[in-house]
Amino acid sequence: MRLLSTRRRVYFLGTVLLLACLGSTSMADIPRPEIPKAKEMANPATKCVRPVEDMRKHHMQYLLHQRDETLRQGIRTERFQGESLKECIECHNAPDKYGKVARHDEPDHFCNACHRYVAVKIDCFDCHADKPANAVYRNPLADKKLSQQSGFDSEQLLNQLSLDGVAPKGDKQP
Amino acid sequence: MSDDQAINRDRRQFFGMTAAMASLAVAPGVFLSQVKSARAVATQAASDQNRWGMLIDTSKCASGCNDCVTACNKENGISGIHGTATDAQWIRKVTLRDKLTGYVQSLPLLCQHCENPPCVDVCPTGASMKRADGIVLVDKHICIGCRYCMMACPYKARSFIHEVLDEQKAVAPRGKGTVESCTMCVQRVDANRGEEDKTKHRDPACVEACNNNGHKAMWFGDLKDPNSEIVAELQKHGGQQLRPDLQLNTGVRYQGIN
Repeated sequence: MRLLSTRRRVYFLGTVLLLACLGSTSMADIPRPEIPKAKEMANPATKCVRPVEDMRKHHMQYLLHQRDETLRQGIRTERFQGESLKECIECHNAPDKYGKVARHDEPDHFCNACHRYVAVKIDCFDCHADKPANAVYRNPLADKKLSQQSGFDSEQLLNQLSLDGVAPKGDKQP
Repeated sequence: MSDDQAINRDRRQFFGMTAAMASLAVAPGVFLSQVKSARAVATQAASDQNRWGMLIDTSKCASGCNDCVTACNKENGISGIHGTATDAQWIRKVTLRDKLTGYVQSLPLLCQHCENPPCVDVCPTGASMKRADGIVLVDKHICIGCRYCMMACPYKARSFIHEVLDEQKAVAPRGKGTVESCTMCVQRVDANRGEEDKTKHRDPACVEACNNNGHKAMWFGDLKDPNSEIVAELQKHGGQQLRPDLQLNTGVRYQGIN
């Protein structure tokens, strides 16, 4: 009983402290990750292969899923080309205005921008190339109009992934 | 030695049969696999209808020539870090000298892509694996760098990466703490499978370089395709395995070793 009440006291104190902090700092002071723009984003007609919210939440599941199928079964169809880490890097890690391409341990690298912010360490680039092989990039899915505008069903694929045990069941995009 | 292996193979076949019978007995399992195979992409997986292999004519392989090694290193981004004995080698030139006659011959040695690969047998994590089409690969995502496979390989075909790498090729991810070996340029093999125009098919970098430079000592192709050039050559002139006593049924064969 005594323990419980101590814990409650701590919660109360914590809440008061949190409110005090929120009162003293405005939302604008909170640092946000500056995510570099992708090459294709410059053109509004050709968006990412998936909706942004979907990608932010599920990209790790898509990558894990396709990496095993590509390496072990050799599946490298257009759909998988559009989802592979290689394709992400080709489009997203674009050169800056000085023509410099960020390396994976630099804050302005597309992946690192967020992963630094949320303190999630990834080791993808210990092996994988962290910069695009080609300066000019065209999204193969966008070119063939297979992106989300023409009815790409990411929810269906998520369900399929949960069948395969890749994504948790019932985990739908927000 | 060979008796032990014969016993081993029988054991494997027995376990395989037991597993097959068990999966037939579980009806829900059969249903689940049907659901999974309904995905359109699964039809494009590497198939056991193919077995990719190479044939090397050592009588055409000049002792000073290093073209295949150079081409492999370029294609897969393999470069020496310090030029030391620990640098990765996916393919290397080996010189054989007969002590009695003094006859010297040179040949390229690479992963032999065995049908029964010892490296896959000993791997504790399942990282060392053989694809359905016979290409032996390392899944570096789950390789823990224990190097059992390097000890098991009778051809010393595998390398361990000791140091942090940079500037890897997008087609060939490689990194510190993992084991690697010849992939038969799997990126090209897969590109070929998606390309209907056969004139655009590309051989692995070593074979391509050997042929382009006029040596024509290497063939690459499907050992299960009776119409392929490599099968025709094998039928005409034969091709021996290195260490045939190990019964590994290698995918890389040699001519002219004596």
